[in-house]
Amino acid sequence: MYKEYLTVSNIVGPLVIVEKIRDVKYGELVEIETGDGLLRRGTVLDISTERAVVQVFEGTVGLDVDKSRVRFLGRSQHLGVSEEIIGRVFDGSGKPKDRGPQIIADKMLDITGEPINPQARDYPSEFIQTGISSIDGMNPLVRGQKLPLFSGSGLPHPRIAAQIARQAAVLGKEERFAVVFAAMGITFEEANFFIEDFRNTGALERAVLFLNLANEPPIERIATPRLALTCAEYLAFELDMHVLVVLVDMTFYAEALREISAARKEIPGRRGYPGYLYTDLASMYERAGRIKGKIGSITMIPILTMPEDDKTHPIADLTGYITEGQIMLSRELHRKGIYPPIDVLPSLSRLKDKGIGEEKTRLDHADVLNQLFACYARGKEARELALILGEAALTDIDRVYLQFADRYEDEFVRQGEFESRSILETLDLGWKLLRTIPRAELKRIRPEYLEKYYPEGK
Amino acid sequence: MEQGKIIRVAGPLVVASGCLGAKMYDMVKIGALGLIGEIIELREDRAFIQVYEDTTGIGPDEPIYLTGQPLSVELGPGLVSSIYDGIQRPLDIIRDKEGDFVTRGIEVPALDRKKKWEFLPKVEKGQSVQTGDILGEIEETPLIKHKIMVPIGSEGKIVEIKKGKFSVEEIVAKIQTEERILDIKMFQTWSIRKNREVRERLMPVDPLSTGQRVLDTLFPLTKGGTACVPGPFGSGKTVVQHQLAKWSDAQIIVFVACGERGNEVADLLLSFPELIDPHTGRPLLERTIIIANTSNMPVAAREASIYTGMTIAEYFRDMGYSVALMADSSSRWAEALREISGRMEEMPGEEGYPAYLASRIAEFYERAGNVICLGSEGRKGALSVIGAVSPPGGDLSDPVVQSTLKVVKVFWALDDRLANMRHFPAINWLLSYSLYVENIKSFWKDQVAEDFADLRQTTMQLLEEESELQEIARLVGVESLAMRERLVLESARSIREDFLHQNAFHPQDTYTSLRKQYLMLRTIIHFHNSASQALEDGVSLEEIQVLGVREQISKMKFLPEDDAELLEIYIQIDKTFKNILKPKE
Repeated sequence: MYKEYLTVSNIVGPLVIVEKIRDVKYGELVEIETGDGLLRRGTVLDISTERAVVQVFEGTVGLDVDKSRVRFLGRSQHLGVSEEIIGRVFDGSGKPKDRGPQIIADKMLDITGEPINPQARDYPSEFIQTGISSIDGMNPLVRGQKLPLFSGSGLPHPRIAAQIARQAAVLGKEERFAVVFAAMGITFEEANFFIEDFRNTGALERAVLFLNLANEPPIERIATPRLALTCAEYLAFELDMHVLVVLVDMTFYAEALREISAARKEIPGRRGYPGYLYTDLASMYERAGRIKGKIGSITMIPILTMPEDDKTHPIADLTGYITEGQIMLSRELHRKGIYPPIDVLPSLSRLKDKGIGEEKTRLDHADVLNQLFACYARGKEARELALILGEAALTDIDRVYLQFADRYEDEFVRQGEFESRSILETLDLGWKLLRTIPRAELKRIRPEYLEKYYPEGK
Repeated sequence: MEQGKIIRVAGPLVVASGCLGAKMYDMVKIGALGLIGEIIELREDRAFIQVYEDTTGIGPDEPIYLTGQPLSVELGPGLVSSIYDGIQRPLDIIRDKEGDFVTRGIEVPALDRKKKWEFLPKVEKGQSVQTGDILGEIEETPLIKHKIMVPIGSEGKIVEIKKGKFSVEEIVAKIQTEERILDIKMFQTWSIRKNREVRERLMPVDPLSTGQRVLDTLFPLTKGGTACVPGPFGSGKTVVQHQLAKWSDAQIIVFVACGERGNEVADLLLSFPELIDPHTGRPLLERTIIIANTSNMPVAAREASIYTGMTIAEYFRDMGYSVALMADSSSRWAEALREISGRMEEMPGEEGYPAYLASRIAEFYERAGNVICLGSEGRKGALSVIGAVSPPGGDLSDPVVQSTLKVVKVFWALDDRLANMRHFPAINWLLSYSLYVENIKSFWKDQVAEDFADLRQTTMQLLEEESELQEIARLVGVESLAMRERLVLESARSIREDFLHQNAFHPQDTYTSLRKQYLMLRTIIHFHNSASQALEDGVSLEEIQVLGVREQISKMKFLPEDDAELLEIYIQIDKTFKNILKPKE
């Protein structure tokens, strides 16, 4: 039923060039049959009257120039969805991986998605309690936000992501909740950790997994997060569920993109990544959000490992420009044996201001948060000073701050992997630490809260 | 319409043949869907087109239609309070028509064709008018009188002028020019790539009051001036831009969200109708126009969006308004330029950006200015431009930052070290500068206070001295500094914490009038001077540090906009110092 072409002229890296084609469209899905009957799929990246450049998802191993047959399918890549999709495991290109049956699709959805009209967006303002003090207290997550974890190799980001997925809840509400998990280029062990964790906590029944592991074709990774997000959009905006999307690891995704760009001989931007990396990442991250009049929401936690812990690396840098903040992990805290090793100073949640305060968390939250930041920053400064000059050279007040910083890391940041602190516990803990500092120093807190939580003479 | 044929599609770039006769920057429609694009290069009969919508599903041999018109915006009543995408399609109407997601190939007029506006003529039949003269007015919002002007390039005698309710397409006046009778409708179209002319350009001399203490006092911008806010992610660029959009005393705000986050645009859209302009007491939305092309919307439209915004801003400037345009972020615009340039296989300049990057940026900022508008009455208008720049890794050697700094006069350097300490706005007082300080000194003198400029100078000196002293303190410890020097550290800290630090989310702190800024600064410096004197008179620094009045100083920012309490603190300082000096005598 489709025209077959035997006119492959070049195969370069993940790209196949097909000549003398007709009626082919940009972005069209392609099937390539190798000489020995294997089927590969790809998509059209560049099309002119003479030739089409096809990017092959499963890689070009085993393809040849003279026997490969190419079919253009007349549509772009779609994902079949229905309610049955919940609880299933797929590979990176959307084929079932759990020995279950094919999904009987209610709907075929284009995986590229369409941008949400900014006019239709509802501003995220529902506080999500993750049970982790350094997130809830300092950089709270809200529904519809995209908040990445900036990590490095060897840091426990999978454990933190799993803990968030396990504990995340909106205060005082029982709602339909789902986790969509996309793995790109991570190892079997890492993927298995998530699956086991989801299974043990019963989360697997309300999860959808898309797994592209390290030994699977890198080019497939381009589609994996898009499949996951298409699925998430369906769950959120058609089935009214609150969806948490976890994407690991964006670094491998960006590397796959670079590979294609290099094969196309495009002019590279920073560190060899293509100039459109920002746009490409945005086309995924921006799919998180809330829509006016819809019940469901998409909250996204992309995880990326920063090469050499360098946050100015293009992947981390561009991600930070698109997402609404970041949770930064620190090797220093990790070395001290503190879990979760979240470095609150460079971490940030941009949407926190609308998600905290009266009726959401507690009236004093914003002030406590600012004050804790300021005190911890000052304490860390004092620690640096003490390193150079010795602790004896510190002024009295600096010593108070230094002590504060130590206790802050040890009591506030540190907590158990299965310990879920309520936001009120977190705030009270914050006050407990703040009370070790002279009252006059607490300039970020409004007098009425000081009066209530830190009365004079105490 | 002339037709061409597509021969290549690569992302947002489409190449078509058979386009002889097409002009550069003409608008074209592509394929059956009628996607909108713009010609950016011509080679023989081939046209290179940047397409403002996703090109998936488009292929060779499909037709393109040449409209023969440049990409233009519609200018007329109905602009204010609107929210448009990068090529001026109203997003609210698109939502009503197409649902929550932006689909392709939608054609919606930018201005409502049905709405009737009350037109009040300002000229009479038989009167001679020239380019830019005001023919009549429409109350567009309670804040904005929309002025219908004689189109640029026309002049003549009024042969007919109407009064009453009209839609934008109806004729409200007729002008007899030398050649013919010109029909005047309430709207006109204008190419986004072409400046709107002015009669004369003036030096900017009035400050643009923003209510942000660090900006107004230390690094002021003028009405008609240009500023640049570069900073790494998380340093608060967008909050600064939003604060300016909310509190600056321009009469019209054009906010271009160029390649930024959808949720931030949603925040603007939801908060602006509720926020009240402190200068007029009306909702801020009544003076605001938003152009939103979020980062996941088509990249080429992002390139166009800042020009769309600029043209609209110029149009209101021509009416004699003071307009401020915020572009957040110009880096995204430059990246769009780079992406298209890369697809056209142009020779790249620095960091892959096209060689014409610097000239494009300069052209853009040069459209700002304090001007005398066209028209016989000599109205004054001003257009200030504030561009955010998002350099990779916060690296200020980035070509977009450097090209911008060459043309703008005010530099607000955001510093993520300050942001990490939660010092907001995280504007580094040592790196930032404003070249307008001299221009507006006389304004300060007349409108604020005689000694304001001197106070500012003292403040800058204290901050400068603080950074030097901190260097020394880091090496040898604070203890080894002289008492006077330690007082400088204390006072500079007070300036930082009690004056420069400003909480955008605190209802009182978010906006401070120039008058209050002056009183606050005067009080802080007065404390410093009194304390210096006291040190000389033998009071110890420890005694000064524990004075109760310091707590009052730190609460000044939360006080209402009223002189009494602030003046009280000033007097309190005098009393306090008198008291501690007394027993020694």
